Order: sequence, then C-alpha cells, then structure tokens
Amino acid sequence: MLDVLKIRNDFPILNREVNGKPLVYLDNAATSQTPQQVIDVIVDYYSRYNANIHRGVHALSQEATDMYEQARLKIQAHFNMEKSHEVIFTSGTTHGINLIANGFSSIIKEGDEILVSAMEHHSNIVPWQMLAERTGAVLKVIPMNDEGELLMDEYDQLLSNNTKLVFCNHVSNALGTVNPIAEIIKKAHEVGAAVLVDGAQASPHIKADVQQLDVDFYTVSAHKMCGPTGVGVLYGKDEWLNKLPPYQGGGEMIAEVTFEKTTYADLPHKFEAGTPNICGGIAFGAALDYMNNLGFDEIATYENELLEYATQKLLQIEGLRIYGTAKEKTSVISFNIEGIHPYDIGTILDKLGIAVRTGHHCAQPIMDFYGIPGTVRASFSFYNTKEEVDKLVEGVERARTMLV
Amino acid sequence: MGIKAIQEEIVDEFSMFEDWMQRYEYMIELGKSLPLINEKYKTEDNIIKGCQSKVWVHAELEEDKLVFTADSDAIITKGIIAILIRAFSNQKPQDIIDADTEFIDEIGLKEHLSPTRANGLVSMVKQLKLYAVAYQTQLN
Repeated sequence: MLDVLKIRNDFPILNREVNGKPLVYLDNAATSQTPQQVIDVIVDYYSRYNANIHRGVHALSQEATDMYEQARLKIQAHFNMEKSHEVIFTSGTTHGINLIANGFSSIIKEGDEILVSAMEHHSNIVPWQMLAERTGAVLKVIPMNDEGELLMDEYDQLLSNNTKLVFCNHVSNALGTVNPIAEIIKKAHEVGAAVLVDGAQASPHIKADVQQLDVDFYTVSAHKMCGPTGVGVLYGKDEWLNKLPPYQGGGEMIAEVTFEKTTYADLPHKFEAGTPNICGGIAFGAALDYMNNLGFDEIATYENELLEYATQKLLQIEGLRIYGTAKEKTSVISFNIEGIHPYDIGTILDKLGIAVRTGHHCAQPIMDFYGIPGTVRASFSFYNTKEEVDKLVEGVERARTMLV
Repeated sequence: MGIKAIQEEIVDEFSMFEDWMQRYEYMIELGKSLPLINEKYKTEDNIIKGCQSKVWVHAELEEDKLVFTADSDAIITKGIIAILIRAFSNQKPQDIIDADTEFIDEIGLKEHLSPTRANGLVSMVKQLKLYAVAYQTQLN
C-alpha cells in the first residue's frame, strides 16, 4: 500500500497555491511532477560535476560520464532490454519516433504499407505521413470502436505481406486505453513487419518488458515519469539499430572523420550526435529509482482505485459523458458536459486551482471520430488523493451550474 | 462615444464585482445573451485558426465607421468578445488602430489576452486592427 500523504511530501510543487487555492494537479498525462529526490540530483549535478562526457580526460568529465552511463544501465534494467547499447538517449518520445521514421526512409519502398492506430498522438501520425510522402508508401489506419478500443479483426484484415511497419501507442493519451500491444506485435511479426510502440503514456503506469513483448522499437519521455523535460529514450533491437542509418551528424556519433569519408561510431553513439542532455539523463535514472522504490504494481493498484472512484463520481454529474471507456484503461478521464465547451470548463477549474488539460490533446482524429472539438482531460498520478478527486467533481459541478 | 470613454465605462462596471466568480458570471451572461454575428458570416474564412475555441470575426464599413461582428463556440470567450466588440466596434478605423487593450488587464481578465493562451482572443484583437488598417487605407 502506498503512503500517499508521505509521498506528497516528496513533491514541493504540490504545496503551492494557484489563484489563491491549493493546487490540485490533474494534468499528469501532459507532464508529471518532480520529486525532491530527482530535483536534488539535478542540483547536485550542476553543483559538483557538470562537465561534458565521453571526451574529457579530467575527473569531472569522468564522473559525469560514469553517472550518465549508470543512468543508461538503470533504464536498460527497468525496461529489461538485452543490451545497454539498445538504450538511445533522445530529447523525448517525438525525437525517438522521428529518428525511426527518418531511418526507414531508405528501407521503405513505394507501395509498402504502414499501419497506424486510430488513436495516435499527432507525433505518431505526422512523421509517418512524412515518411509515406517521401517514399510513396501507403498509410492505413487501424480503426477503433466507440469505447476507444482498437478493432483487432480489422487489424487482421489490414495486415499483409505489404505491411512493413506498424505504429501504435501502448496507452492512448486522450482516452487512456491500454492497447493490446503484445498481440499487435505478434501479428505484425507474422507478416514480417516491424513495430514501434509509443510508450510515453504507458511508462508512468506500466513497466514494459521489451524482450517479453518482442517489440522492435519502444520510446518514452522522462518527464511523464517524474523526470525532467527534454530527455527520453528510444529502445531499438540492436539488429534494427545497426541496420538503420544515423539520424543527425555531429560530434559523439563518429569513429573517424576525414573530408572524404566519415565512419560512424558504434551503438548507441551512432544515434547520439552532439552533447546530450547529460543532467537530464542522470535525473531520468533517478526518477526511475524513485518510481521503482514505490513499486509499479503498487502504483497501478492505487491509480486504478483513483480511476474507479473518479469515474463513478464524475458520472453522477448531469450531462457528463466520458470518452474512452475501454476495459483496460490507465488513470485518465476525458469528458465533456452536454452543451458546454471544454475550454469553458477548464477556465473555471483553473480559477479554482485545479489543473486539467482541455482541447484536442494533439489527437484530432479521435476528436473527429466523436464529432467534438475537444474534451476536458483529468489524469491522475500516484500522488493524487480522493480528496482531490472530490475537489475536481465539485469544481466541474460548479462550472456546469455557471455555464449551462 | 470614443473607444477610451467606452473602455473606462467597462472598467467602472467591472469595479463593482467583488470576486472572479461575479466577473465570470457576468461574462457568461454576456456570452449567452448576445447574438454577435450573422450566421452567414460564420465561414471557414472568418475563423481564427489554431485555438481551442473557434473564433469568427467579420468586419464591414458603415460610412466612415467600422462595424465588427464576431462569435465563439466557447461561452467565456464569447463573453470577452462581447466586451471587445463593445469597445472597438462602430469606431473610425484610425481610432481602432490607435487604441490599446489595457482595460482588459484592469477588469481582471488579463490572462485571457495573454499571447500564449490558446483561446484566439489575441489573434482576434490583431485581426480587428488588421481590418482597421485595411479599411483606413481604403478611406484614404
């Protein structure tokens, strides 16, 4: 059992006020808050051993390199990757997706087919559209039902020997649906297609085992899992990473450079051009330590409890509809109230110190599917409480009374 | 009445409200009650893009004055539009070009006119001024 009140003391930001009210932070799917343990690591880095890595012979550079590489090992262990060079540090999930989309430009041919799920974030749609445009490949969509679940029968129909790539998020950011990625991966492999899973939304709730999933690429952002913004990780099976060309040229990623020819460095450095977000990488490792100390099973149990409590309470509000009612869901609730624009609800909630996300959540195709301009999205983390859910429900009720 | 005088009148009205709730309730009332635009002008061309709430703006010249009509699908946004229209519509283009929007700050709605707020109001004010510039050129 998580001691949530004790955990809350780890997060200094949770003590602040917004518009004269105690902050109720329910925008965790956009970014999670940072515990003092991670803030300390960031401060420690800049206070004691800030230096560029992998190059210097001096002590600070060596210390920073050791810490950065230790973080890589923590990430490898967390996601059960076979090899540490399968951990590619990126600036975040979007960077990871673009790296792969770019790499596949030389592999994908005209007429090849790329499948994406109907519930992708724009960052997992646009790079593939660009890839399809560059190569003449065809982009096809795996549809979903009203509950926000992928239609697996349709997926079976779409798969063929022409399918080269399949992209799907592990968890939908707008709906919270947990997609059956193990099945998606297995079926894609049966026709010889590679699979990239966007793990950004799943990573704070579910500990993915990339070997067990047999996934080809899995990408995450540190800031969704109590780490800092601007850093993330792309996992790729090493046979794929060896096959793909480098994404960006620069320092760090080379073995030898003359004006005639450059030979590239080995993995992972081939994909890590330039000075990385060193402090961010180290802090990401600390964030994983923090979450693993709490325990992902305990986190999931508690968040499910919050999800059920909030769902049941919110549904008592007149005219409220929840979008995304899949059987397997993380602690995300997207909703609207009949006749009220989500932006108006978000504005009133903000006045009450309650932070939610409103809008299309960078998933316009989902909004088009439901025929709505957007939703209000409340997303819960392990440091949220039932009292905060109550405040949300009171706030939404108040907004409804004002706006209807 | 000139733009400055109308703005002062609005500031006076808002000074009677004691807290944000009353201010917002007033704006919501404004948003609910006013027909702000002829339906035929709610076209794709008149939409200010890139915002969470849709905002439509239409302008036409009546003699030497510019008349604005606008609307939004979000009611608080619409309430603020009603206030902006009251301040800027039916004025000479040059006066609209010269006018400022600081009164929005004074009535406690500053956050809605923040350039980073995704509600379209900043773009709307910009659009009102662009119309004024265009029609001023025409008048010259």
